[in-house]
Amino acid sequence: MTEAALSPGYAKSGLWSWLTTVDHKRIGILYGVTALLFAVVAGIEAMLIRTQLIVPDNDFLGADTFNALFTMHGTTMIFMFVMPINAAFFNFIVPLQIGARDVAFPRLNALSYWIFLFGGLLFHSAFLHGVVAWPRVGWFGYANLTSSQFTPGVATDYWIISLQLLGLASLIASINFIATILNMRAPGMTPMRMPLFTWTTLITNFLLLLALPVITVALFQVLFDRHFGTHFFDPNAGGSVILWQHLFWVFGHPEVYILILPPMGMVSDVIPTFSRKPLFGYPAMVYASSAIAFLGFGVWAHHMFTVGLGPMANAIFSAVTMLIAIPTGVKIFNWISTAWGGSLRMTTAMLFAMGFIAEFTIGGLSGIMHASPPIDYQQQDSYFVVAHFHYVLVGGAVFGIMAGIYYWFPKITGRLLNETLGKTQFWLMVVGVNLTFFPQHFLGVDGMPRRIYTYPAGFNFETWNFWSTMGAYITAAAMLVFVYNVLTSLRSGAVAGPDPWDARTLEWAIASPPPEYNFATLPQVQARDDFWYRKHEAKTFQPEPEHAHVELPNPTFWPFMVAVGITLMGAGFIYGYWLSPLGLLVLFPSIWGWSFAKFEG
Amino acid sequence: MSDATHAEHHHTSLDVDNRKLGMWLLIASECMLFGSLIVTYMIYRGQSVTGPQPAEVLDIPVTTVSTFVLLMSSFSIVLALAGIQRGDIAAFRRWILITALGGLTFLGFQAFEFTEFVHKGLGLTTNVFGGSFFMLTGTHGTHVAVGVIWLLSLYFSSLRGRLVEDGPLKVDTMALYWHFVDVIWIVIFTVVYLFVYV
Repeated sequence: MTEAALSPGYAKSGLWSWLTTVDHKRIGILYGVTALLFAVVAGIEAMLIRTQLIVPDNDFLGADTFNALFTMHGTTMIFMFVMPINAAFFNFIVPLQIGARDVAFPRLNALSYWIFLFGGLLFHSAFLHGVVAWPRVGWFGYANLTSSQFTPGVATDYWIISLQLLGLASLIASINFIATILNMRAPGMTPMRMPLFTWTTLITNFLLLLALPVITVALFQVLFDRHFGTHFFDPNAGGSVILWQHLFWVFGHPEVYILILPPMGMVSDVIPTFSRKPLFGYPAMVYASSAIAFLGFGVWAHHMFTVGLGPMANAIFSAVTMLIAIPTGVKIFNWISTAWGGSLRMTTAMLFAMGFIAEFTIGGLSGIMHASPPIDYQQQDSYFVVAHFHYVLVGGAVFGIMAGIYYWFPKITGRLLNETLGKTQFWLMVVGVNLTFFPQHFLGVDGMPRRIYTYPAGFNFETWNFWSTMGAYITAAAMLVFVYNVLTSLRSGAVAGPDPWDARTLEWAIASPPPEYNFATLPQVQARDDFWYRKHEAKTFQPEPEHAHVELPNPTFWPFMVAVGITLMGAGFIYGYWLSPLGLLVLFPSIWGWSFAKFEG
Repeated sequence: MSDATHAEHHHTSLDVDNRKLGMWLLIASECMLFGSLIVTYMIYRGQSVTGPQPAEVLDIPVTTVSTFVLLMSSFSIVLALAGIQRGDIAAFRRWILITALGGLTFLGFQAFEFTEFVHKGLGLTTNVFGGSFFMLTGTHGTHVAVGVIWLLSLYFSSLRGRLVEDGPLKVDTMALYWHFVDVIWIVIFTVVYLFVYV
């Protein structure tokens, strides 16, 4: 249907077209597929962890293997699954929602993806070596466990370098998406008309922009300690291990909002569509999301209540943490009010959105509990905390992402996912996730510590650990249903058409999957939920013309090469320093080529 | 590309070019990067268990000279920008070279300073002052070096006639970066050097 959208001489299919693509939709698909593959790996790690804990005194895994698995599980789920799958939706959906033909920096977009992919692969290349090379310092990498004294060898270097690369990828992407949303909106798409997913994307990317440099510095410090003999985290030389905790959590707490805000945006688009009502309290939702992000920078020390910062610091950080409950409560009530009195269609996407509200609220409530330092003293490093953040990240983020996948899959692929399988998956997940994580509250209160590879019999831990593991297996079964659903629906799912849900926002006004140039004519936005307005209120909606000629940026191989250069420079700290200058040798000509290649069509 | 599509292509919601907006965002991020390095330096002030201490190695008069040169290069890049904006390419080339020279001078002073420190017994690994000092000023020096390469590439681009269409914008974006690198040095100079007197 598109004619000559690209300059002649560029392939539109095949491996080379994917390696050189600068199309935000293709990059979004790359992000999504890669993130789901990493999720499979991290999911298998979770199953191994739960299997080890199914009975007391188990010797299924050794202590070192167990430590490595929870480190890899946490790091992969956060940096290689939830963040990039969110980025997949930023890429594919946000430019369509604001009526743009591409992102602000298409080539930087490709660069972000390739650095992310190579960082993830470098991290997992640790598996090619023995367990001694597997990172096992936890996803938080507390100093001075990360010093070469306590973790000699390359295991910790895998973690440092990969996180550095993944951070760089997200940083570049954050500049790109903020610029895109601020600057590439269609005429009439004022900020307060933007769909809520676009809003949470904007806010999330501001968090990334401002939080990532902090972890970058901290990772450089620990890298210098390990490789060049500095003393940043060496108490014998006056270094402070607490400084690591501060820097890590100044990044790490905004990071949890980086994970959850995009899924909040997804359900904020899903619930109005399936309630056939506009989002209740739209401005309040925008302000609440912004307030959560703003406060998120002022609460990092609630991860450090037991460090001994003193009663004044603990009291202030406790109060600010509890304040976050207010905008979060606003959002929960707004979602419920949106559905209230609507003509509800309980599709799988809507079920997951409703599940999100319920599960996330449970996680939010336990979060308020350990916002109080005296209570946190009891719960710190216990399974209660594990239960809390898995409710927020699995019951919250993953349920929201599932709602997003079932909602936008037809837009991305042109085919609907199977609803019967979807509902089976949903109910299996509800049972599995709650059975896995709710008993962990009890285990934590009974005193079971986190991160132990086994526990002795007779402490009353046996029953709930058994059921928690059963819950994990049920969740795995739900995921198998999901994978089966995706694979079969890609081939034989019902054809979606442009607007299968009678939806509200601009991405549904164009074909599924969208043409390369997105919009043949740029939309003139007149209202919030503009597509709905034109369809049902103004009745001025005209389908897009079948043919259009739009100039698009040329594909380019240089982002891939720049990513190769940067990755080699980092890999030098793991596989031998000679790789780093080699990386520079790749990097410089690639930047040169990038700068002078003819890019615009 | 016809004029109509060209205009549409470059239309932006905020009437500011994407590249310039991107530079502003990068600067916001860099503030947090340098902020973290400066906080580390401040926390480790007086924490070194072995010498040398800051007052024993820092040569404030010498660094004042290089600071002056760097700040003046912010002035010269404004003249370079003014030159290219009014189409006076000769003035642009003259001032962009002088700006690059200012940056190179600063880097020369920094190389001299680092060498002196090593002679006085302060290396990267000597104590936490050395580690946090070299990482902070080294990160800044790297930013200056990137800036110098960028300035020179603008100069050579203009020689090859490449800075015609969006030259003012490219120089404007670069100047933003250069001003940031100067402003952050004012903070570093205050915190690292002048605070010796506090």
